[in-house]
Amino acid sequence: MKADKCGLFFESYGQENQIFPSPVQKTCLGAFLLFLLIVPFILDSYYLSLFNLIFIAVIGAVSLNLITGICGQISLGHGAFMGVGAYATGYFMNLGINFFEALLLGGLVASLVGIVFGLPSLRLKGIYLAIATLAAQLILEYVFLHWDSVTGGSNGLALDAPAIFNFYFDNDLKMFYLLFFFALISTLAISNLMRSKYGRAFVSIRDFYLSAEVIGINLFQYKLYAFGISSFFAGIAGGLAAVYAMYITPEQFGIHLSISYLAMIIIGGMGKIIGSVFGAVFITLLPEFLSIVSQHLSAFFPDISTYLLGLKEGIFGLILILFLIFEPEGLAHRWHLIKAYFKLYPFAH
Amino acid sequence: MGKLILEVDKVTLTFKGIAALVSVSFNIPAGKIVSLIGPNGAGKTSMLNCISGRYTPDRGSIRFLGENILHLPPYKRARLGIARTFQNIALFKGLSVLDNLMVGRHSHLQYGLFSSFFYFGKTKREEETHRLRVEEIIDFLNLSPYRHKIVGSLPYGVQKRVELGRALALEPKLLLLDEPMAGMNLEETEDMARYILDINEDWKTSILLVEHDMGVVMDISDEVVVLDFGQVLATGTPEEIQKNPQVIAAYLGQEDSLFLGR
Ligand SMILES: Nc1ncnc2c1ncn2[C@@H]1O[C@H](COP(=O)(O)OP(=O)(O)O)[C@@H](O)[C@H]1O
Ligand SMILES: [Mg+2]
Repeated sequence: MKADKCGLFFESYGQENQIFPSPVQKTCLGAFLLFLLIVPFILDSYYLSLFNLIFIAVIGAVSLNLITGICGQISLGHGAFMGVGAYATGYFMNLGINFFEALLLGGLVASLVGIVFGLPSLRLKGIYLAIATLAAQLILEYVFLHWDSVTGGSNGLALDAPAIFNFYFDNDLKMFYLLFFFALISTLAISNLMRSKYGRAFVSIRDFYLSAEVIGINLFQYKLYAFGISSFFAGIAGGLAAVYAMYITPEQFGIHLSISYLAMIIIGGMGKIIGSVFGAVFITLLPEFLSIVSQHLSAFFPDISTYLLGLKEGIFGLILILFLIFEPEGLAHRWHLIKAYFKLYPFAH
Repeated sequence: MGKLILEVDKVTLTFKGIAALVSVSFNIPAGKIVSLIGPNGAGKTSMLNCISGRYTPDRGSIRFLGENILHLPPYKRARLGIARTFQNIALFKGLSVLDNLMVGRHSHLQYGLFSSFFYFGKTKREEETHRLRVEEIIDFLNLSPYRHKIVGSLPYGVQKRVELGRALALEPKLLLLDEPMAGMNLEETEDMARYILDINEDWKTSILLVEHDMGVVMDISDEVVVLDFGQVLATGTPEEIQKNPQVIAAYLGQEDSLFLGR
């Protein structure tokens, strides 16, 4: 019977509901993951550090996409929630708690803070919620700067390299595997959540909250779930950023960070997990790309690098606007079209 | 006389001093189809909103299976077994047909958050069991070709069916339908009437139907409640309603008077 199959058929609902249903997808993903496991050995630490920043950004972007893209609750405070995770992880590690537990605690503290600042979402929508979460961002920044005994204030907080059972992740290569691991399990966990009743409930709240509640969804509970889960992973991303940098200051978690993450999910594709990954890669590599371009151009125009780097924010904004106009559904949509093309290639049947 | 599934007792609802419902009372006997008719603006949708919990009446009571439900939020009324569709389609546009119906199963799914992150064990088993129930509804409503389509892209008539399917997925004891045939052609209207009758017969679901198509209303209802300017004008069997002089007077000269000819 197998030979008669033409295209993808499923023999059970379990099969159909997999995150990557087709054998081709599984193979491609497997090959890609294998590549990621091997590639660090041939890269120097500069490229490794880019990968590492991307891994952290992936966790942050996926978690922001959960609350904003998937559940429809706009958040301008994501950077600060990451900061809460960073400071909490650092604080607990400096108390002598081991890295892994400190990171989980950091995630939980961020989660609680996210739930508290998510409370206004029960009343506020759209622009009003955006302003409420902006207030959260500013309040938390103030706390980072002024709660000296915990955060070290403007001096910042120094951390040890993370260790698991006396194995220290003290260089970019070792960090690569640690961050890769966390990026992978966070993305898988949220992808799993998306095909459960929680993911469906979040989308239903985004798409039509009035019918979500008459079909049996407790809006109060599920919006807070969304804020809690999103900020938990934001906290994990923040905690990882903290141990990677080994030093945290309030400026790292300012409003610019929240905006970069919003840019990631807009460019990647709102509500699409894979989009957050693309967006994280894009926004992390953008400054690198700009500096490479300016280096090459400086052979012809000696002053260009100062101009281009000075224009970084402007170029960043321009790209965001271009995406909003020409690719409003983000890179995930483009990816989807490319996949659909190759699915039929070379025969369309 | 059998058990009553819903008892609406002297319900009054006002918007900024303007009355939408004035001391409205009627009952729905278990297992029956009751229709709520009346001209536009009569208060039919407002009545459904009071039952499903979107609006809170100023006065009066609504009892479901003998229990007052007015203090309950909408999601708890859904869990008791009240489902509804909307006059204007209110689907989750970004979800597939299948997922829209699976949202309807929400209150039947017991698994917790933690196991959802792993999609393992209880979560996976429960999802698959409930998927079977949803597939029955998909078959029943002939939605199989659209199963994996995102609902926002489907034709109007199909979306109306998906919305019915989502409400059915809740396995409601009482189904509130707000103009399910509005905007449909003759064939779609007949199909919808057939579905409503089948739901009522096969699942013993009680139904409150708001509908303008008097042919359908008179054909399939066990009882009809006529609303006019927020007040109950008459209650009775379709035959009684068609002969009621007050109803005839109220409807005379209106487009809706169509049913008098039948
Ligand atoms: N949310 C609301 N705010 C103000 N007035 C409303 C609201 N909902 C309904 N109404 C008013 O209540 C009356 C009944 O409306 P409705 O229940 O929609 O009538 P029907 O469904 O019978 O056409 C109308 O006069 C309408 O304007
Ligand atoms: Mg209406």
